[in-house]
Parts: sequence; C-alpha cells; structure tokens
Amino acid sequence: MSRWFSRNLIRIYTGAALLFILLPIFYTIAFSFNDTEKRNISWQGFTIRAWLNPCEPIGICEALGNSFKVGITATVVATILGTMIAFALGRYDFKGRGTTNLLIFLPMATPEVVLGASLLSMFINVGLGTGLIPVIISHIMFCISFVVVTVKARIASLDPKLEEAARDLYANEWETFRRITLPLVAPGIAAAALLAFALSFDDFIITNFNSGTVDTFPEYVWTAALRGVPPQANVIGTMMFIIALVLVFAGQIFTKKREAKK
Amino acid sequence: MAIARVGSSEKVYSPNKRSKRNAYLLLAPGLLWLLLFFVFPLLNLAETSTKTPSPTFETGEFVQSFRFANFIDAFLANQAQFYRSFTYALAATIIALAIAYPLAYSIAFRSGAWKNFLLILVIAPFFTSFLLRTLAWKQILGAEGPVVFILKFLGILPDGATITATAFSVILGLTYNFLPFMTLPIYASLDRLDYRLIEASGDLYANGATTFRKVTLPLSMPGVVAGTLLTFIPASGDYINAQLLGSPDNFMIGNVINSRFFRVVDYPTAAALSFTLMTTILILVIIYIRRSGTDELV
Repeated sequence: MSRWFSRNLIRIYTGAALLFILLPIFYTIAFSFNDTEKRNISWQGFTIRAWLNPCEPIGICEALGNSFKVGITATVVATILGTMIAFALGRYDFKGRGTTNLLIFLPMATPEVVLGASLLSMFINVGLGTGLIPVIISHIMFCISFVVVTVKARIASLDPKLEEAARDLYANEWETFRRITLPLVAPGIAAAALLAFALSFDDFIITNFNSGTVDTFPEYVWTAALRGVPPQANVIGTMMFIIALVLVFAGQIFTKKREAKK
Repeated sequence: MAIARVGSSEKVYSPNKRSKRNAYLLLAPGLLWLLLFFVFPLLNLAETSTKTPSPTFETGEFVQSFRFANFIDAFLANQAQFYRSFTYALAATIIALAIAYPLAYSIAFRSGAWKNFLLILVIAPFFTSFLLRTLAWKQILGAEGPVVFILKFLGILPDGATITATAFSVILGLTYNFLPFMTLPIYASLDRLDYRLIEASGDLYANGATTFRKVTLPLSMPGVVAGTLLTFIPASGDYINAQLLGSPDNFMIGNVINSRFFRVVDYPTAAALSFTLMTTILILVIIYIRRSGTDELV
C-alpha cells in the first residue's frame, strides 16, 4: 500500500491539482442549470430555463456584444502590430534592441491597476474621456507584449536552414518570407491571437477604469455580483468555455492531420 | 509557453543585416502605440501624483503644485495595505509554485498520450471568465458551501466560523487565479529540456533527488523565474480577490487605489500609490532576476 502510494504520489498530486483547477469551472457550469432568479448561490433545483433565455437579464447580452467588439478589434490590431515587432526582433539586426525588449517587457511587469489608473489619467487630461474606444486602445496596448513574446518564441524555434535553402534556390526576400517563414510562424501567430482575445475578453481591471458608463461582460458580472449574479451569466460563461474547447481540439486535430500528410 | 522566454538572452539569425530600415518600419507602429498608450499615460500619472486639490475645493479638480510629500502621506496612510499586498502575493506565489512545478513536471515527462489533453485542462480556466470562477470560489467556500459543511461535520470548524472573508480565502483566490501563468512557463522550460540529460545523470549513478537538484531544476529555472514573476506581479496589484473573497481587513493596495480613484475622487493619492507600487515591484523584480537569473542557483 505505501509502496503503491509513493510510486503514484506524483499522479495523485497531479490529479488533486487538476481538481483544484477545474472545481470552480464545474461549479460555474452546474449553476447555469440552477432554478433561481437572482441569488444564484445555493442549489434550488434543475432547470434549463436560463439556457432558453440567455439574454433575459437586462443588459447582459449588450455587455457581451461590447466584449466581442473590444476583443475582436483589440486582437486584430495587437496581433498585427505585435507580429511585426516579433519579426523585427527575430530576423533583423538593429540598434535599440535592448530598449525595444524593455518596452515590450514593462507593460507585462506593471500591475493592471497601475495601467488602468494611468490610462484614465491620460484620457481625462487629453480630453478623450471614457467609453469603448479608450477601452479598445488600452486592450491593444496590453495585448501587444503578449503577442510579441509568443510569436518571437516561434520564430526563434525555426530552423534557419529552411530559409537559407529558399535563398539558395533563388527566392528573393519577399518570396522566402511568404512561402517559407510565414507558413512556419503561422501557428505561433494563431496562438498569439487566441491569447490576445482571451486576455482582452476576460479583462476587468483596466476596462473598468476606462469604460465609463458602458459595460463589458466582466463588468456586468462585477456589478451583478453586488445583488446576485443571474444564472444566465453562468450560461454565457459555459458557452464561451465550450466554444474555446472546441476551437482548441479542432486546432489540434488540424495540426495532427497536417503532420500526418508530411 | 512563450512566456518563458522573457528576458532570456538571445542569438538572432539575421539574413537581412543590411535592411535596417525594414526593421525600423516593422517596429515603428507597435512601439509608437506603446509610447502613446503606455509611456505617455505613466507620465500623466506622474504629473497627477504631485497635484493638490484646487483652491475652490471642487470635487475632481486639482492643480499642479509639485507636492512630492503626497508620496510620503499616501504611503504612511496605507502602510498596512502595502505590507498585506506583498505578503499575500508572496504567499500565493509560493503556493502556486508548489502546485505548478509537480503538475508541469508530470505533464512534461509522465503523461504520455495524455499530454495535450492535460495541457488543455491546465489552460481551461482561461476559457471561463475569472470573475465567474472567483464567485464560484465564494460559493464553494461560503457559509452554504460544501467545504464549510464538511469541516463542520468533522468538527474542525466551530459553528459560526467562516472561511470566506479571511486572509486564507484571499490567498487561495490569488493562487487559483494566477496558477496557469505559473504552470505554463515551467511546463515550457521542462518540455524543451533534453530528456537524455536526465538519463545521462542516472547513468552516472546520480539518484533521483540529485538528478533533480543538479540537472532538472537548474535547466527549468527560466520557467520558474518567468512563472513566479507572472504570478507575483499581478497578484500584488490585484483587488478583485480581496473584494470578493475577503473583508475590508484583507484589502490590498489595489483596493485603495481603486477606491481613491472612483469613490473618493482623490486622483493625486491614487496616482502616488500607483507609482509607489510600480516602483517597488520593479525593484523587487530586478533584484530577483539578478539573483536567480544566471549561474547562482546551479
């Protein structure tokens, strides 16, 4: 018994850690089926009512729509800007590399509350005010660093010989980039975009500083938490979870098929 | 996974040594964005931090009077919250490391065909709103939740005692929220590690513990450094967990900054506190990277 235990210790530990990670997710999913109107705290009985009317609570779907607007715009812009920086860092020799790296690292080393407060100070001082535009601007800012880091790692892991071979076969710089480098880096860019969207979609602190009277989905949940979060919020949380899981699994199957072809 | 690469030294394969101009064209838009919406706002915050209330005492109106004593006043009035922020963040970082390292290790080396599936489980929290998950913890640990029920049944918890609204629940929330940020970089550095090195260590008659101490751990240090930073930094500035899982006795510096901005409309104090927090974190980070970054831990 004790030998079995010590041999399987790391398995037991891993299982416990995974349970810890997943427990609140199970809770969120389970309570989307709770038969309650507002105070969704203790179990009242099973119902699919919230699933049939996810937009019933006032403002919830509007907030969700805002989150998508912000998330998609921020992801597209941050992925483009960040990928460009990553290529410059990964494939060019230039002066100011240290400063660039520092400028990429610092936003990640700054607590969100400081970023939020500084952006609000700035938006107030220059008279831009609050709203969705300032939120999108801030989200692009904090997503850029994560995109750069993710894409740069992918570029660094490429075998330079592939690009050299393309050159040896008389491909010019642009052709080499488009037909060799870009397809190889693409999975890194896709991962970066997914990360950017997840960070933007789930951001509360910076958003709350700069959104003014407009609400995103996390802000809706935050405000609702004061009086009781309706089960519809759990429905939306669960749907996002399922969509993300499907996307990840589809991505994995896609990569496996591509590798099998080779 | 890439997160682990922050700050690591790099050697660049550069086929385009001559086209420096292209490099700057690629960099310009993104760096300009960071200058305008990261550096410039921080300068604005710095400018706000030395302001004083306007002579007319209108709410939200402040004039620049270069009162640097704002920093000292703000710090002295909120010492307890500063101290608490760093203690809670440190505790959460240590616990998260204790959970994440074995987890990352078993995913990297012991999971076989289950590897990708387990990785997805680790990043699963990213896919559900962290506010919903924190509220779920409030339910799980709350007076009507299963944990209190079991502990009371076992007689460990006296009647009337709670788990929420304590330092324990806030630290648990912080640990939970930043656990993926700890696990992924450690996993990335372990996964990159050449397993033959571990085998070689065994061939040279090192036992498991020695191999771990002399080979595995040093080689995974970049991941550990990145993971601890990505946990400690956001945790020390967080106010969500203290707000939802704690009581005012557990409030951290983020709570103070937030309420100074929104409830009290005292921008200069909020700005001064933000700056003090940021500088303290940067100093800690620099010391930490210097001490653990290179060969000292080997």
